[in-house]
Amino acid sequence: MDILIAFALLGGLGLIFGLVLAAASKVFYVETDPRLDQLNECLPGANCGGCGYPGCGGYAEAVLNGEAPIGKCASGGNECAQAMAAIMGIKAEAVTRKVALVRCSGEKTYDKDGNLVSGAKIKGNYEGFKDCLAASKVGGHGPLACKYGCLGYGSCTKACKYGAISVKNGVAVVDEDLCVGCMACAAACPRNLIVPVEPGRNVVIACNSMAKGAVTTRGCTVGCIGCGLCKKICPEGAITVTNNLAVIDYSKCTNCGLCATVCPKKLIKDSNVENLPDPGTVHSMNNPDAVVK
Amino acid sequence: MIEIIGILMAALLSQNYILVKFYGICPFMGVSKKIDTALGMGAAVTFVMALASGICWGVNWILVELNLQYMQTVAFILAIASIVQMVEMFLKKAVPALYKALGVFLPLITTNCAVLGVVLVNVQEGYNFPISVFNGAAGGLGFTIAIVLFASIRERVDKANPPECFKGFPIALIAAGLLALGFMGFSGLSIT
Repeated sequence: MDILIAFALLGGLGLIFGLVLAAASKVFYVETDPRLDQLNECLPGANCGGCGYPGCGGYAEAVLNGEAPIGKCASGGNECAQAMAAIMGIKAEAVTRKVALVRCSGEKTYDKDGNLVSGAKIKGNYEGFKDCLAASKVGGHGPLACKYGCLGYGSCTKACKYGAISVKNGVAVVDEDLCVGCMACAAACPRNLIVPVEPGRNVVIACNSMAKGAVTTRGCTVGCIGCGLCKKICPEGAITVTNNLAVIDYSKCTNCGLCATVCPKKLIKDSNVENLPDPGTVHSMNNPDAVVK
Repeated sequence: MIEIIGILMAALLSQNYILVKFYGICPFMGVSKKIDTALGMGAAVTFVMALASGICWGVNWILVELNLQYMQTVAFILAIASIVQMVEMFLKKAVPALYKALGVFLPLITTNCAVLGVVLVNVQEGYNFPISVFNGAAGGLGFTIAIVLFASIRERVDKANPPECFKGFPIALIAAGLLALGFMGFSGLSIT
């Protein structure tokens, strides 16, 4: 019986306070801009912070106050930007989706005796705190022989709120289907290895080594030595070699995949292997008449 | 009369809820960066404390009548949470600037143990209704004194140049400790 009285009392108190609060919410009702709720609804609500604001609510408020441009939400992409533009009554430029790319191919493979077959060499065994920044400070530039390569301790994995980046064979790999392009991983990477690229790029230069060719070769079997073969074969002139590192200018690149065929270190990845063009008959997409011999 | 002065002195100085009893440290550290917001927080807490003391006195009377004293904590938290919600709505309507400055610490008054502490002290000491409300208001004033003093110290400490490892929060914690030490000096003060 006592317990019933306790139930009734607390329930009754809760009910009374609830009714008072409900009345107070009517009395003290503050008119907010209805667009704020609408903007919040457009945003994905993941609070990834990729826009530079504290969460989706902060960004919605900034857009409403005209402090932030539309289209900063990498996660929501074009759809979100257009919906927000419609609410704000302005026109938004099309937003292309970006995904993260880890510019390192030093995936380590070993034969059965434990000898390195391919990938980045390891100078010494790092036994410390499993964090890339911590590891990168040990022994000059970390346990890897290459001072530009992915350390593989997964700081980016921890930073990713979408589970899109994982470490395989000592190198971080991005799942492009899951990645929304918020680039939280890039901020966590002490080597600045992660850059935004358009998804569906078959051709990527997955290396960030700016050391001289000989130094790079000593540290890694798949490091860019800056030989420039890719630059020479590229029909669009999209590849430049600066600081002993080839870089693709994606505004010119047509995804033909020629560079991947000539790279002696096989670090230009072409995910579209079946469609690999025959180097003799490649057409430039911009100029169908130009046949590359 | 002498009892009222005794309660006031205890709540303000010798039994200060923040610096002697160490209740409600969360807003004390969190909202003490600027004197203005500290004053606002102090006013909000004082208001909530006085109101909570009054309402919880009524709630406690019902509990005692029904022989349900063991429900005190739960019932008091329920009452305090509702009061804080109401204060939040009121501030949002009436003083939006203060509402913005207090931010997340306003709803956190709900779990501010200084408020619950005052209410429980009222019950323990068996204060009647007006004395309860007075004790609540005095406790809130004590909170305001503590947080405003601390905010003014912090405004100065921010401009100082302590060693790298003490910058920011650590030096603030040390300052809070020293301030609490200072309040220990009032511990002999008692008017009864």
